[in-house]
Amino acid sequence: MSTPYRIKGQTGDWEVVLGLEVHAQVNSNSKLFSGAPVGFGAETNQSVSFVDAGMPGMLPVINEKCIEQAVRTGLGIKAQINLTSIFDRKNYFYADLPQGYQISQFSDPIVGKGMLTVDLADGSSKEIGITRIHLEQDAGKSLHEHSPKFSFIDLNRSGVALMEIVSEPDMRSPEEAVAYFKKLRTILMYLDTCDGDLEKGNMRADVNVSVRKPGDAFGTRCEIKNMNSMRFIFKAIEFEATRQVEILEAGGKVDQETRLFDASTGETRTMRSKEDAHDYRYFPDPDLLPLVITQKFVDDIKATLPELPDAKKARYIADYGLSPYDASVLVSEKAAADYFDALLAKKHDAKLASNWMTSELYARLNKMGVTIEQSPISVEQLSGLLALIEDNTISGKIAKTVFEKMVESGKPAKQIVEEEGLVQVTDTGAIEAAIDAVIAANPDKVAEYKSGKDKLFGFFVGQAMKATEGKANPAMLNEILKKKL
Amino acid sequence: MTSPTHMTLAEARDALAAKKISSVELTQAHLTAIEKHNPALNAYVHHTPEIALAQAKASDERRASGSIGLLEGIPVGIKDLFCTKGVNSQSASKILTGFKPEYESTVTTNLFREGAVMLGKTNMDEFAMGSANITSTYGNCINPWKRADAPEKQLVPGGSSGGSAAAVAARLGFMATGTDTGGSIRQPAAFTGIVGIKPTYGRCSRWGIIAFASSLDQAGPMTRTVRDAAISLQAMAGHDPKDSTSAVQKLPNFEAIIGAGVKGLKIGIPNEYRIDGMNPEITAAWDKGAAILKAAGAEIVNVSLPHTKYALPTYYVLAPAECSSNLARYDGVRFGLRVMDDGDNLNDMYEKTRAAGFGAEVKRRILIGTYVLSAGYYDAYYKQAQRVRALIARDFVEAFKQCDVILTPTAPSDAFAIGDNQDDPVAMYLNDVFTIPASLAGLPAMALPIGLSKAGLPLGLHLIGRAFDEETVFKTAEVIEREAGFNFAPAGY
Repeated sequence: MSTPYRIKGQTGDWEVVLGLEVHAQVNSNSKLFSGAPVGFGAETNQSVSFVDAGMPGMLPVINEKCIEQAVRTGLGIKAQINLTSIFDRKNYFYADLPQGYQISQFSDPIVGKGMLTVDLADGSSKEIGITRIHLEQDAGKSLHEHSPKFSFIDLNRSGVALMEIVSEPDMRSPEEAVAYFKKLRTILMYLDTCDGDLEKGNMRADVNVSVRKPGDAFGTRCEIKNMNSMRFIFKAIEFEATRQVEILEAGGKVDQETRLFDASTGETRTMRSKEDAHDYRYFPDPDLLPLVITQKFVDDIKATLPELPDAKKARYIADYGLSPYDASVLVSEKAAADYFDALLAKKHDAKLASNWMTSELYARLNKMGVTIEQSPISVEQLSGLLALIEDNTISGKIAKTVFEKMVESGKPAKQIVEEEGLVQVTDTGAIEAAIDAVIAANPDKVAEYKSGKDKLFGFFVGQAMKATEGKANPAMLNEILKKKL
Repeated sequence: MTSPTHMTLAEARDALAAKKISSVELTQAHLTAIEKHNPALNAYVHHTPEIALAQAKASDERRASGSIGLLEGIPVGIKDLFCTKGVNSQSASKILTGFKPEYESTVTTNLFREGAVMLGKTNMDEFAMGSANITSTYGNCINPWKRADAPEKQLVPGGSSGGSAAAVAARLGFMATGTDTGGSIRQPAAFTGIVGIKPTYGRCSRWGIIAFASSLDQAGPMTRTVRDAAISLQAMAGHDPKDSTSAVQKLPNFEAIIGAGVKGLKIGIPNEYRIDGMNPEITAAWDKGAAILKAAGAEIVNVSLPHTKYALPTYYVLAPAECSSNLARYDGVRFGLRVMDDGDNLNDMYEKTRAAGFGAEVKRRILIGTYVLSAGYYDAYYKQAQRVRALIARDFVEAFKQCDVILTPTAPSDAFAIGDNQDDPVAMYLNDVFTIPASLAGLPAMALPIGLSKAGLPLGLHLIGRAFDEETVFKTAEVIEREAGFNFAPAGY
């Protein structure tokens, strides 16, 4: 058990209690209640139906694809699926909320209790409870930059389906909160129910933060709204928890309120106090009947669930002997796992493939600042390289050189090896000759070795390898060298 | 031949079929009558003669080519709250000043598909909230009927579909569409001596109808005969995938049931509708209706609807609750009225726009609705009302184990004068005491005239049927209509 995260106060240690409400945009071609296409980047107000604009007499009709995606997500977090759920109206006025209410789910959400296992840096893992997932409409967007006097409204987002995924207050450190957000994102992307695109705001989190002395009852919480970066989530929690500790230690009390994180200052500030809190006047939307789905609908979706990260990690460890760490790294992003699985499908040695991905490839991606989807080395290319290592055409060392050249030129490994004459020497005669030369040139070292200085073996390997310009097959070289010495 | 505008819809249909008259001629006759009579009535508030004549011409051409819809060439009025493409559709509210939708409601689409000709948009209470058509931004609609003892008094046509009722009664259209939330088709039908049916909730699509209370709103036809109502409902109704509450139910042939009679039918008379101090003329009309049906071979049975007395308060919680939310979209941002002064912020704009755009009755209901949905009051009002609504619906299920159709009065009085009931909203709300229970239960219900009061004003009866059993309502109504022989038009029309 690792050391618990604590805020050091003047009166002692404080524990942080965290819960997340994550809004994830549902992957679907059209909006939740209108046939309008979901189009990020479409021209302003070009992806808007009469329903999305809240025109008089317009009515919502539920998009079955969105229901399917919510159920799929629920199954992915091992949650209870509610066969009957209700859409409610959440009433409030805002210029980018055309109907004057948001259609959401309040009392009876489509997904009930579930849970998620998060992996922490110290190798431990923790289960985080999920309270519920409900479906709701996104609002439009207010644009304030076009005029000093007026705001403009873009309704392209209006009516787009969101899943609100609400966790239990089970997290106790910023690290856990970020790990939860990250793991949730991974699962949604595996399930293909949300694209996880943080930059576009397709996944964002409201974080509920409170502090208490360990063992005490929950403190008063503040909600930090609308964060779409893991770094910001981490920083906002640190700042907010410290702020609350300072208030409490000064004898004050924390006001329950909604706050915003300002990335430029690293601070949170009041957005809406409790007094200004809306009374949303939820009630069942009379335009929509209760949503009833069948167990068969759920079962059919269940049958198409992909292998999820936890199961995939367990399989990598059990079937391929990967280390838990490497397995975690590979499954933590769906694109990485897909890349790895594609290499496995080409019958490569799992450990070799894993090593190449987590070391050379990742180092290169990090250096370039790109994701694996943007990798300069395709699965095909890396596969070509691994094949040359596996059939002893080149050594691992040479392979690294080839890899660099592949990145530079984009040429296939085989072509590079051929053009540059990097083929590994597996000719026993040639290796023997090189070894003989090394032995002959270093009689004193040979004597030392023979007198028991085993460590010198590495020296001979190095010299012989150098003599073959690194091309000697390392296993063969070792074997012959042992014999000769 | 009688004056073309004085035929029934069915007669006009047959005359058109027999080539005795063209749709253009029929339409022109109506436009002329509207020109003559509408200034005194204010029944039509947007006139669409160009559309009407173009549709009539197209209809005559279709007829020549042999393609004939249910309402082929029939001139009709459309209640203002039906969205009609390119034509003002304002729900009689100032807040929708100048609003011309880019879309056509499903009901009007169906009507036009069946060949109907639109004469114009008809007056109504603002957002369908009212029982007298005195809350309209277009001004009051006047009932074409006059009291014999006080012909100088202007009477209300009832509401909210007052313009449609007045138009049909004054022979300014063979049919006009209405919508009914708590009695808005049936009470004005009673006040103007015409037939109006609110079909089962879900029969007609609500898509494109400017909403008042979504769980109650239902469109239906207002006509001068039961048969005309059957033909018109046939054309309006049907499943619509764009309305999630639209019923996936087969549409029977309503006209075919007309004339089937009531032999062996059980007619329920609910004890709870005999309210204290009821107008004896209303009671007499009710008894007359029962006697007619009995004489025609039906059996009269007493039934009980024990939760009736809670219907009105239940309605006045639920309908305002829904309207408070439905009317939130009128905010000055995207369409209709916007009132703001230089330097105003968003909240200023909301407040000024809604203060200027909504009338007093609409504001009253938004306030009530907002209140009953508020934190701390929701359970006591909204939730409780939903429970009572379920009990009221169950009352009908129980009653329909003993009878096939229920007979009651439509309204507690004949048409009253403009100004009456006006200071007392609750007295006004009592107009719907007989019509609201069927609305809460979502059942089909029809108002039809049975005779005249001593003052010479129409008196209506009210038939309530089982869900999706409009057929029994139609055949029962036709017997009353035939036997009562109501054949009066308002004087001067």
